[in-house]
Amino acid sequence: MRAIETFEPPAPSKVNYLNAEYGLKSWLLTRDHKRIALLYLGSITFFFFIGGIYAMMIRLELLTPQGDLLQSTTYNKVFTQHGIIMIFFFLIPSIPATLGNFLVPMMIGAKDLAFPRINLLSWYIYIAGALVTIYALLAGGVDTGWTFYAPFSTTFSNSYVVATGLGIFINGFSSILTGLNFIVTIHTMRAPGMTWFRLPLFIWAMYATSLIFVLGTPVIAITILLMAFERLAHVGIFDPALGGDPVLFQHLFWFYSHPAVYIMVLPSMGVVSELIANFSRKNIFGYKFVAFSSLAIAVFGFLVWGHHMFVSSQSVYAGMIFSFLSFAVAIPSAIKVFNWTATLYKSSISYDTPMLYGLGFICLFTIGGMTGLFLAALAVDVHLTDTYFVVAHFHYIMVGGALMGYLGGLHYWWPKITGRMYPEAWGRFAALIVFVGFNLTFMPQFVAGYMGMPRRYHAYPPEFQVFNVLSTAGASILGFGMLIPAIYLVWSMRYGKRADANPWNLPGLEWRTQSPPPTENFETTPVVTWEAYEFAPPEEIEVIGRLRGEFENV
Amino acid sequence: MQSWIPFIPESASTMSWKVDALYFYLSGVTVFFTLLISIILVFFVIRYRRRTPYEIPRPIAGSHKLETLWTVIPFVIAMTMFAWGARVYFEQYSPPENAIEIYVVGKQWMWKIQHSTGQREINELHIPVGRKVKLIMTSEDVIHDFFVPAFRMKADVVPGIYTSEWFEATKPGTYHLFCAEYCGMNHSGMIGSVIVMEPREFDNWLSGNAGNQTPAAAGQQLFQSLGCVSCHGANGEGGRGPTLAGLFGRQTLLSTGQTVRADEAYIRESIINPQAKLVAGFGPIMPTFQGQVSEDQLVQLLAFIKSLQIVSPQPATPGQSPATTATAPTRATPAPKAK
Repeated sequence: MRAIETFEPPAPSKVNYLNAEYGLKSWLLTRDHKRIALLYLGSITFFFFIGGIYAMMIRLELLTPQGDLLQSTTYNKVFTQHGIIMIFFFLIPSIPATLGNFLVPMMIGAKDLAFPRINLLSWYIYIAGALVTIYALLAGGVDTGWTFYAPFSTTFSNSYVVATGLGIFINGFSSILTGLNFIVTIHTMRAPGMTWFRLPLFIWAMYATSLIFVLGTPVIAITILLMAFERLAHVGIFDPALGGDPVLFQHLFWFYSHPAVYIMVLPSMGVVSELIANFSRKNIFGYKFVAFSSLAIAVFGFLVWGHHMFVSSQSVYAGMIFSFLSFAVAIPSAIKVFNWTATLYKSSISYDTPMLYGLGFICLFTIGGMTGLFLAALAVDVHLTDTYFVVAHFHYIMVGGALMGYLGGLHYWWPKITGRMYPEAWGRFAALIVFVGFNLTFMPQFVAGYMGMPRRYHAYPPEFQVFNVLSTAGASILGFGMLIPAIYLVWSMRYGKRADANPWNLPGLEWRTQSPPPTENFETTPVVTWEAYEFAPPEEIEVIGRLRGEFENV
Repeated sequence: MQSWIPFIPESASTMSWKVDALYFYLSGVTVFFTLLISIILVFFVIRYRRRTPYEIPRPIAGSHKLETLWTVIPFVIAMTMFAWGARVYFEQYSPPENAIEIYVVGKQWMWKIQHSTGQREINELHIPVGRKVKLIMTSEDVIHDFFVPAFRMKADVVPGIYTSEWFEATKPGTYHLFCAEYCGMNHSGMIGSVIVMEPREFDNWLSGNAGNQTPAAAGQQLFQSLGCVSCHGANGEGGRGPTLAGLFGRQTLLSTGQTVRADEAYIRESIINPQAKLVAGFGPIMPTFQGQVSEDQLVQLLAFIKSLQIVSPQPATPGQSPATTATAPTRATPAPKAK
């Protein structure tokens, strides 16, 4: 161990991207990736709270076995809209459009994204999609489940299916444009010396996510279009009464929607790689394995959609192939978890809030990933699919994984984004509450699922009540835990302690410019002469690797 | 309904313990790895906590051996799960030949069940213990799913096709029947019970509910009233239309030169959309019956066609022209006795 050398931050300048221009117009017509990131941040936070209110309504209804709080039609709309809003309008854009937008150029040493106007366009498209969806919700809502299974969605539902679909369809283009922008930026705009293997792992994760954005999103667009076409024009595509095939819909839907799970969790894995390395002041163990596992997940994630359909009447042999591939895609995730853990060996770990979220992520993601194996295992999936076990599993991935990573990243880069520190004690307190509340909410649902409680049930047999009471209690704690950061982060924007350029003492490029950064990010284009997470000079690297006494120094 | 093991639902089919065994294996591996990672994390977090604000640990190069180790070991474990899961799954979805066949039609929001001996039930399914039961299922509207947690078995009930699931109950009792595929407003009300009875009780139940027409007999009436007889013959012996006697389960030669196995799906399609797969040697003269027969009636027609057997000295050869096989069609017993 030796003392850290403090990096030379540039002299603080009064002009930054926040105060360079004033007025509504300067925000709505901005081409600055950092301001667009903030536009996204505000929008997705709004939707997160709407989705959260729906979640609380679900949990309150399920407190008792009778369907007594909401009518069944209302309940069906509530869980549908919870899913649609949380997935399409919060989780999918969450990290890429906010932290990604803000940090991709900064971490590679660029002035902006490759296409700043397209970046602004993508936000407007998101807002257009959001407005159409809000219209659908206000006009009467939608009750198809976020999965829109045909022929219920195309023929039988009496709700605003086409309007909601249109909102998602429009929103998809903002994803595609963001992905395209990131891919081109990462390829062409890296600073001199910023080679591919010097990129922070967050950038690798963003790159992998962008591939799915660009390759996957068009498929959901086509699917929604076909669904609307059948609903409006009665052309037989999915409804057997019109000569269609309802299982075809599921193939098309999951061809996008399974990779979409990786859209949600890959960025979070990228954030966690940053948190683990930076808050333990250690280079990531097995950098290339972590980087390439992101790409492997992005590619193989496209080959496993059939594991949502083991009981859907698809062939037994198709089921076996999809099961095999699903087990295979779990391996890159396992590699990441082991590498993050190994990174902590002989490191210097701080207990700052972002790191608490990072450690929480590893723990919850491990549970979420391992329970995914239950659902990949064919025979057990037959019993578990469409039960609360599935609900618990994907919340461990999407909340325990994606959301924890997002919150960790938001705290980590908060001083860079706003120029202010959040209150550390409150941060740690909230992270703890969120962790406890989350586990209490979703752990009982694994058990309820194996006991046989089907999902999307408005009323349920009384023997499942005990699990639902625990779950609702946990959700109340979780909801409270989410309110705390919402309050203190807003508070800190005005009253927080001013952050200097590099409050965490880190080597990454984004910390080598002032907080908040100037509009052009760096006063001069940086030249990169160091590896990712290089806290100490390379000649000090310690080599381990003998299996016998594997942690011995060589 | 609890089993003696905590957090495990009651087991009441031959498949239950096979699914549970794999579930225990998966749970064991999950608990092991979750604890392993958590304990290492906690240990590292305490052992390597930052002691002074300026300390910098020495960087460590990666290790290919470790990477290989933690790629290969999880992969091998995953493959054991895969193989085990696939083996049981194959059993779950391979219905035995000698099973009692029961027809299930799902509709928003009820289960309509018809036994091959004629008994009809709604939201209840009575079956005997120790006998293999195969459900042949379809839906009148949207996708449903026939889920019996105590049997660890479910399968989607899809409009337009027949799906099936089978089980052999091991324990008398009343078990939950759930619709497990979201189907609209009253999805959570589309529930019922599976009532497993001792064989003798079941026979009593069957006779106590006798008097209904068997599906095959009802199918025969439909066959006449819909005018099928004019082309296919009163006993399915054929004529202007292909022979139906002995058709079920056989390979049939199509006009395209392909052959297709005459299963439930094929027969259903040939009634709803007759031009889709024309039998070799016959013209496209049959009108569609889409919208004219309900799912219940389709099931009855299917039961009737399945009941038509050939009594013929020479065995029917696959792909043989159907017109020539219609030698001496006689109807066998209307339906297998459920005993």
